[in-house]
Amino acid sequence: MEAFTTHTGRAVPLRRSNVDTDQIIPAHWLKKVTRDGFEDGLFEAWRKDGEFVLNKPERRGATVLVAGPDFGTGSSREHAVWALQNYGFKAVISSRFADIFRGNSLKNGLLTVVLDQQVVDALWELTERDPQAEITVDLQDRQVRAEGITADFELDENARWRLLNGLDDISITLQNEPAIAEYESKRRSYKPRTVQV
Amino acid sequence: MGRTLAEKVWDDHVVRRAEGEPDLLFIDLHLLHEVTSPQAFDGLRQAGRPVRRLDLTIATEDHNTPTLDIDKPIADPVSRAQLETLRKNCAEFGVRLHSLGDVEQGVVHVVGPQLGLTQPGTTVVCGDSHTSTHGAFGALAFGIGTSQVEHVLATQTLPMAPPKTMAITVDGELPDGVTAKDLILAIIAKIGTGGGQGYVLEYRGPAIEKLSMEARMTICNMSIEAGARAGMIAPDATTFDYIEGRDHAPKGEEWDAAVAYWKTLKTDEDAVFDAEVYIDASELAPFVTWGTNPGQGAPLSAHVPDPASYEDASERFAAEKALEYMGLTAGQALRDIKVDTVFVGSCTNGRIEDLRAAASIVEGRKVADGVRMLIVPGSVRVALQAIEEGLDKVFVAAGAEWRHAGCSMCLGMNPDQLAPGERSASTSNRNFEGRQGKGGRTHLVSPQVAAATAVTGHLSSPADLTDAPDAPVTAGV
Repeated sequence: MEAFTTHTGRAVPLRRSNVDTDQIIPAHWLKKVTRDGFEDGLFEAWRKDGEFVLNKPERRGATVLVAGPDFGTGSSREHAVWALQNYGFKAVISSRFADIFRGNSLKNGLLTVVLDQQVVDALWELTERDPQAEITVDLQDRQVRAEGITADFELDENARWRLLNGLDDISITLQNEPAIAEYESKRRSYKPRTVQV
Repeated sequence: MGRTLAEKVWDDHVVRRAEGEPDLLFIDLHLLHEVTSPQAFDGLRQAGRPVRRLDLTIATEDHNTPTLDIDKPIADPVSRAQLETLRKNCAEFGVRLHSLGDVEQGVVHVVGPQLGLTQPGTTVVCGDSHTSTHGAFGALAFGIGTSQVEHVLATQTLPMAPPKTMAITVDGELPDGVTAKDLILAIIAKIGTGGGQGYVLEYRGPAIEKLSMEARMTICNMSIEAGARAGMIAPDATTFDYIEGRDHAPKGEEWDAAVAYWKTLKTDEDAVFDAEVYIDASELAPFVTWGTNPGQGAPLSAHVPDPASYEDASERFAAEKALEYMGLTAGQALRDIKVDTVFVGSCTNGRIEDLRAAASIVEGRKVADGVRMLIVPGSVRVALQAIEEGLDKVFVAAGAEWRHAGCSMCLGMNPDQLAPGERSASTSNRNFEGRQGKGGRTHLVSPQVAAATAVTGHLSSPADLTDAPDAPVTAGV
């Protein structure tokens, strides 16, 4: 996973609530068997509308998505995170994320930041008024900064540490091999098995 | 202090607990399908890691599989490549796989329970958000992303922070003609698509205890549509009867030991939930969605709401967008909405009881002119059972299409899709924009409402069918 410390970039204000992962990346893109090449599928249906915010020339190269509440609901497809990253997003800000999407994003180094809706409103107003306005997402200090806006955010220490260091979960877990083996040796004998090995 | 059901199952699976770290949770059953696994197997390959527990892992093909001409090569080369990738990965790593054409093939959440692999007190994961289905057995079951699929393949564990718990108590009795699907749609409309976020839901109360296993699966299946990763129902005699005798059910003394443990899996009387919601089942009626998220629903007798009636600006905007996308106008009676397609199937409502319910309504009747009705069993086993009962003939005689098992039009990854502007009544779980095909419009309904709608051509409940059906075609049944 790519490490995340701090990032500064222009924003895309997405004034929509309940953006489900089917909108972020439609199902027909899920037939791909790689983790890359999803950028053209990002918000595919909405991008057919020339007025959609992502299509505006002044949003080209923006890297911070400021979204409405309940972002990433629905399907568990990690492709939604890959599509946002492939397109160039480094961070997503919302007042509330769906659980599975949030977990997926943090495992891939896409920082999802939860801020109060009033702060999200202020970021929308700022970046709609001034498309060149930059937002800094600082994981070191757990703070979001933009012109006239400073807001602290929470992220549990363990997730932060993994992100700051770009650590691979599996290697960390495998350091606990003895604990896993011990648990396995005590499992109830009637637990189901898919095959005899 | 007592513990909730979710806390009991959680505690029983903690491999390692340390201050300031997520718990490391052991996973009893890992289900795989072709869509969310290829990148996970790639990760294993690159790191030179094996699958740690082949005996706790099983794969099926479901999302991409066609429901016609299954004996021919799959026409879509990209779908075919994805299925071939799963076959290659399972062969290389030694994972048990039920491919298209196999008698145990089907939608992953239908296959697990019918094999008896889904059991009370187990942890079940799958790279699919509807893994919550398995919670109907008192299992702690949740959907995961592909990175976590790789993690479970490599370690049979997941680092997870303990969730909060929410009790959803359903008192009273469901009125005649009101189903588990209506109940869960009403629950989602009540608590909202984000209401369950961060929680494991426990459905409880007299109305839940009366439900069959399949109805309980319908309820737990859609927990994710309320934002909850998992939903659970305490196991009881209904659960044990369903499991007993299935392929992977414990046998003999093991069965007795298992049941003794399963009986302890209920929330203690002095346990405290982080949140509680009450529903009176007796007040419910058949429920349908009018919008583009599963929380945008109303009783069938209601009208399309006026977006101006929403106080919250973002909800108002969402409702406006939904009506625009759905091609509906505020104040329109839901019963007047005409459909082009009716889909009966999916991990929500693709089991034998669902097919029986739909068949009993179309039996001796005809699907309305201009309406296409697709019947897609959730698994090959469900299909075989339906054929044994003559249900396939009932559907075909009514003018419906009897198809092979799979996810099909629930998400349109195979050729079963809505055309732009087409409208469906669907027994599936998501009415998102474009979910069933680009530009397609979806109304979520129960199998009973789906069948009645197929007959009238507009959203209807069985009570709306005033005609007498013709003589049954299932002679002797």
